[in-house]
Amino acid sequence: MTEPQALPFLSRLSLAIGSFFALLGDGHLAARVQALRNGAPLASEVPPPAPVRTPPPPPPPVRATADVDAALQLLALLQRESRFVDFLQEDIAAYSDADVGGAARLLHGGARKVLQDTFDLEVVRTEAEGSRLTLPAGFDAAAVRVTGNVVGQPPFTGTLQHKGWRATAVRLPALTEGHDTRVIAPAEVEL
Amino acid sequence: MSRYAIGIDLGTTHSALSWVDLQTEGALPEILPVAQQSGPGAVQDFALLPSFLYLPHASEFAAGDLALPWNAAPERITGEWARSHGALTPIRLVSSAKSWLGHAGVDRRAGILPADAPAEVERISPLAASTHYLRHLRDAWNHRHPEAPFDQQAVTVTIPASFDPAARELTAEAAQAAGYRGITLLEEPQAALYSWIAGSAGDWRKQVRVGDVILVVDVGGGTSDFSLIAVTEDAGNLQLHRVAVGEHILLGGDNMDLALAHGVARGLAAEGRQLDPWQMRALTYACRLAKEQLLGDADLPGVPLVVPSRGSKLIGGAIKTELKRELLTALLLEGFFPAVDSGARPVGRPRAGLTQIGLPYAQDAAVTRHLAALLGRQVGATAQLAGFAPPEGASFLHPTAVLFNGGVFKSELLAERVLSTLNAWLAADGAPAARLLQGADMDHAVARGAAYYGQVRQGRGIRIRGGTAQAYYVGIESSMPAVPGLEPPVQALCVAPFGMEEGSEAPLPPQQLGLVVGESVRFRFFGSSVRREDRPGTLLDFWSPEELQELAQIEATLPAEGRAAGEVVPVQLRARVTDIGTLELLAHASEGAAGGAHWKVEFDVRGA
Repeated sequence: MTEPQALPFLSRLSLAIGSFFALLGDGHLAARVQALRNGAPLASEVPPPAPVRTPPPPPPPVRATADVDAALQLLALLQRESRFVDFLQEDIAAYSDADVGGAARLLHGGARKVLQDTFDLEVVRTEAEGSRLTLPAGFDAAAVRVTGNVVGQPPFTGTLQHKGWRATAVRLPALTEGHDTRVIAPAEVEL
Repeated sequence: MSRYAIGIDLGTTHSALSWVDLQTEGALPEILPVAQQSGPGAVQDFALLPSFLYLPHASEFAAGDLALPWNAAPERITGEWARSHGALTPIRLVSSAKSWLGHAGVDRRAGILPADAPAEVERISPLAASTHYLRHLRDAWNHRHPEAPFDQQAVTVTIPASFDPAARELTAEAAQAAGYRGITLLEEPQAALYSWIAGSAGDWRKQVRVGDVILVVDVGGGTSDFSLIAVTEDAGNLQLHRVAVGEHILLGGDNMDLALAHGVARGLAAEGRQLDPWQMRALTYACRLAKEQLLGDADLPGVPLVVPSRGSKLIGGAIKTELKRELLTALLLEGFFPAVDSGARPVGRPRAGLTQIGLPYAQDAAVTRHLAALLGRQVGATAQLAGFAPPEGASFLHPTAVLFNGGVFKSELLAERVLSTLNAWLAADGAPAARLLQGADMDHAVARGAAYYGQVRQGRGIRIRGGTAQAYYVGIESSMPAVPGLEPPVQALCVAPFGMEEGSEAPLPPQQLGLVVGESVRFRFFGSSVRREDRPGTLLDFWSPEELQELAQIEATLPAEGRAAGEVVPVQLRARVTDIGTLELLAHASEGAAGGAHWKVEFDVRGA
C-alpha cells in the first residue's frame, strides 16, 4: 500500500481548475470527492480482503486428456518396437494378404512386448465368454456394460460377450527434463 | 553390521543385482529393478542390465537425452539403449568386456575397447568397462535405497568358475574402483546351486543324498561354465564340496542366435537376396524370438521371419523367410549340443598364421564335447572323498544329478538333449542315470545365489566348500647346459596346492628363487585342475598338456632401497588366498640383509 506521491504546485493548479468544472458537471464524481475529503480511504489504500477459502470448483464434467507426453511416449514405444506408425501410415491396398500378414506378425510381436512391458492387464470378468452370469444391484457400471434388452431393475442376468480388460499398473519410461516427446521416431541418417 | 546382503551377477551379456534382508529371518533374495536409459530421454527399470556401454559422439544426442535419475548429464549410455543403439554404430559399442577381462593375450588395463573403433573414438579398458557396469548397479541401488548406502552392505560379486587368478584379481580391482567395500567373489555355478538351495526352502536336503555328484551346467550369453559338487556327510550333516570346475570356454547363447541368423542369411543369399548389416541385426533378433518359440513347442514345424525394410515403408521392401525346424535342429542341437559319446573331445582348428587379436572363442562349438572332456579329465576328482570310490573301469566321473543354469536352458529341448547325452554316457559305463534338479531360475539364479551367499557367510545356511579349483606352479628354467636351438627345459614348482580355502596360506616351498634388485623378473605360471596331491615344493620335470595349462606370466619387482642394484636376493614364494577370494603371491626374502621382508608378486595382465 503506497502513499500517493505529492504533486508540484503547477500540477495542483491545473488539477484544481480541471476538477472545478468536472465537479460541477458530474454529481457522482462530486459525491466521491466529498467522501475523500471526509477522510474515507482510497481504493488503492484499502487492504485486500483476507483470502476466503472457497471450495474448489467442481471438476468439469468432461476433462481434456491430461498428459500428451504419455500418449506420445506410448506411440514412440510402439513405433520403436513394432513399427506401429510406419504400418498405419503405409497404404496397404496394393499389397497381398501374405505381405500384410508378414508385417502384421512383426507388428504383433513388437506391440505385444510393449503392452506387456508397459501395462499389467487383468480381465474384468473371469467367467468364460459365452457363459451366463448375474449382475447384482449396484454393479460397477463403468466396468461392466450391459446391452440389449436393458429393462427392469437389477439383478440382471445375461451372457458374457467380452470378458473386458483392466490395467492394474502402468509403467511408462521416466522422461528426462527437456526431452522433446513429439519426435516419435527420429530420422535416421547413416554416415 | 550390514542391513542387506547384495549379490551382483556381472555377466558377459547381462548383469543383475539381487538383495536379501539380513534382519528378516527366512527372507528370500529379491531382484532390484535397474533404472537405465531405454531410448532418447527415456529411463526405464529392467530386471537385467545388459552389459553394453555406448560411447556417444559429442553431437549425436540432444542435451539431456542421456540423463539418469542420479546423473543429469552422463557421458555414456549403459544397458538396454546402449545395446539397441550400439548395434547400429558398432564402432562405439563396448561389449563382452568380461570376456576381454579374462583374456590373457591382451593388456586388460589399456584402452582397447571397442576393439574395432577408429582412431578418433575414445577407447576404454576392459577393466574400466567392468568398473562402469558395477558403478551403474551401485548407483541404481543407492537411488532406490537411499536409507541403506551400498558401500555399507555385504556385497558378493560372481565370476566364472574358470576365471584364472589374474582375472579374479582384475574383477576385485574393478569392484574397488567402483567404490565397493569389503566384497567377496563367488563362482557362478556355485551361486546357481545356492539359488536352488534358497528356492527349495529347506527341501533340498530331501532332493540330494550323500554320495551325489551334482553337475552344474551354466551356459550364459557368452560363456559356458561347468562345476562338479559332491555331497558328503560330516557328523550327520550334509556337506557340499566343489571338487572340480571346467575350462574357460567362450561360447554361449549369443553365439547360437548368431549361428541361426547366419544360417538363415545363407539361405536368403542362395536366393539372391542380400542383407545389409542393419537387416542382419534385425534378422538375429527375429531368430532369437523364433528360436524360443521353436524350442518351446516341439510340434511347430517352423516360424515365419520378417525382416522389415529400414525406411518408413514397412511392408514394401520387407524380407520374408522362415526359420525351419530342420535348420534349428541342424545348427543348434547338432552344432552346439551333438549327442556324442563320452570319449569325444573338443576339436581344435589350427589357427591361421595372421590372426587379428580378438576374443579366443571356443574353436569347437559343441558344448557336449567340452563337457565330455571335463568329465573324462576329472575321473579321479572324488577319489579322496570318503564314500566316493569310483566304480571299477569308469572312464569318466559319474554325475548323479544335474542343475542347469543360463537363459539357453529355458528351452527344455536343449536341457533334455544335454541330460539324455549324459545319461547315454552313464548307461554305457553301467552307471545309473543322473536326475534333473528341478526349480532353477535361469535368468536370475546367479545374482540370487550371490545374495543368499551373503546370508550364508553370516552363518545362516549351508556353505559349499572346495577352495581353489587348481594347483598353481611357477616355471623355473632348469640349470642344464644350453643346447643351441633348444629352449632350456622348464620345471614347474608347485607354490599353491589344490583346494586352498579363503583366508588360508600355503606353506613355504623350500626352493629359493633369485630376484634381481631393482629389476622386474618374470616367471612363467601354470595351473592344474587335476594334480590334487602336489604340495608346495613339489617339482615337476615333465607333464602332459592335459595336466598343466600355462597362464599369464607373473612378475616380481624388488624395490632397490637399501640394497645395491643388481644384487641377487634369494626368495621363497608364498601363496595366500585372500578373504575376497583372490590368489596372492608374496616373495619372502629368506636370508641376508633383506631377511624377513616380502613383496607382492603381480599377475601380468598386460598380455603377451
